[in-house]
Amino acid sequence: MKLLSHIGRFTLLMLITFKRPESWKSFRKRIVTEMNDLGLDSLPIIAVISVFMGAVVTIQTSTNIDSGFIPLYTVGFAARQSVILEFSPTIIALILVGKVGSSISSEIGTMRVTEQIDALEIMGINSANFLIFPKIIAAVLINPFLITLSMAIGIAGGYAVAVGTGLIGASDYEYGIQLDFKMYDYYYAMIKTVVFAFVLTSIPAYFGYYTSGGSVEVGKSSTTAVVVSSIVILILNYLLTQLLLI
Amino acid sequence: MIKTVDLYKSFGETEVLTEINTEFERGKTNLIIGASGSGKTTLTKCIVGLIKPTKGKVLYEGKDFHAMDFQEKKEIRKKIGFLFQGGALFDSQTVEENLQFPLDMFTNQTAKEKLDRVNFCLDRVNLKGVNKLYPAELSGGMKKRVGIARAIAMKPQYLFCDEPNSGLDPKTSILIDNLIKEITHEYDITTIVITHDMNSVLEIGENVMFIHEGRKLWEGSRREILETNNREVVEFVYASSFMQTIREKANLK
Ligand SMILES: Nc1ncnc2c1ncn2[C@@H]1O[C@H](COP(=O)(O)OP(=O)(O)O)[C@@H](O)[C@H]1O
Ligand SMILES: [Mg+2]
Repeated sequence: MKLLSHIGRFTLLMLITFKRPESWKSFRKRIVTEMNDLGLDSLPIIAVISVFMGAVVTIQTSTNIDSGFIPLYTVGFAARQSVILEFSPTIIALILVGKVGSSISSEIGTMRVTEQIDALEIMGINSANFLIFPKIIAAVLINPFLITLSMAIGIAGGYAVAVGTGLIGASDYEYGIQLDFKMYDYYYAMIKTVVFAFVLTSIPAYFGYYTSGGSVEVGKSSTTAVVVSSIVILILNYLLTQLLLI
Repeated sequence: MIKTVDLYKSFGETEVLTEINTEFERGKTNLIIGASGSGKTTLTKCIVGLIKPTKGKVLYEGKDFHAMDFQEKKEIRKKIGFLFQGGALFDSQTVEENLQFPLDMFTNQTAKEKLDRVNFCLDRVNLKGVNKLYPAELSGGMKKRVGIARAIAMKPQYLFCDEPNSGLDPKTSILIDNLIKEITHEYDITTIVITHDMNSVLEIGENVMFIHEGRKLWEGSRREILETNNREVVEFVYASSFMQTIREKANLK
């Protein structure tokens, strides 16, 4: 019952969010600001995580190949596949839930409890449209770029550790990462990325928007937002994989 | 002029406003007074349409606000200035950007015209040199002033102030109260001020409406309020020993 009422309220909020903006000029300006806040500011953490994940996947695969029947280039192949299919689109999305999602929820929640949202409404501004729409658009536009970058950094991290530690040769790794590459895998990852970008902005925005009370409640809705967004991402990840890859 | 007709509001099972019939006159400071939790904020939020009343009408110059379509409501809202209890300034924007915000959204003014208006409004509330400060850098009294400046930036016909002097020292309170009264007379607008401060009532209460547990129990002027026999009003008015002393002195004469 509670779940249904959340879904209903979320849908209604999205319907008022996706409306024509009051002023296109300020809308464009906000998208650029949000792309910076939600996207570019996350670059360092994404880079660090990607490089280590690529390296770890590479080490784990190569230490598990001790039979002579499996060619060494499999390491590069496995690193590429796991980074593109799963690690960059999904794990990074979960990291962004923690970073971007929680900040969206607490920003909008604070605006709610300090009546800043009422102030917007009084001026005749559709506050959901004004606050939430640019965030969703910004994430949907910038996340494919972030995730693609994460893929490249992840694969490079694997390369560095493979060659650096002499686990496998550079040419084996290079051969492996080019082997049997299907563009469809990348598209699949990008579809996930766009869906997750919507989830990790809209759900925290929803919990922030309907906060009532004070600073304690702002903190609580931020926590709820992170938990719910993460679960929704994991469920959608499963559904999209079944839908697109099988 | 704003009028409410048989206004009711319930949150779930609890009725917060019951049968509110009242009028707020143009060119006057109309006060809504009452204890905390009596429904003052809810009443004003119903009037400006932030909350939909369960029943009843809110008439702006005779036209029912809640029966209007989206566009008509928007036109009314552009004529409303609202000073929120906590100021509700946009944290992420400087004072100047806060004031300029409605101008950016709703007018085609040039940058120069907007800046002139911003400075005029800041000057009107006696603030100088704060343009580039953020709300977090302002004192409570300054926040209220900026809130008033933002509320009048669009030249409103209706000005709402929710507890404009809560959290302020008595001297600043009186300054803010008088500022509101001056603005009301100067621009001949309909002003509604929520307060539970008797000082404000005596200072600026041209029309005073008393609500108690969501009902309008009394209305009149600041002079009449000292003479009423309504039990709840008397309890409210003479709650402080200061006001009791005044009454005793008056009775001695
Ligand atoms: N959104 C809401 N949901 C439920 N109850 C509310 C809501 N807003 C106000 N109330 C209740 O309505 C009553 C009046 O509140 P309010 O109008 O804020 O009083 P005042 O401004 O006079 O202090 C209080 O009992 C308050 O708890
Ligand atoms: Mg109140």
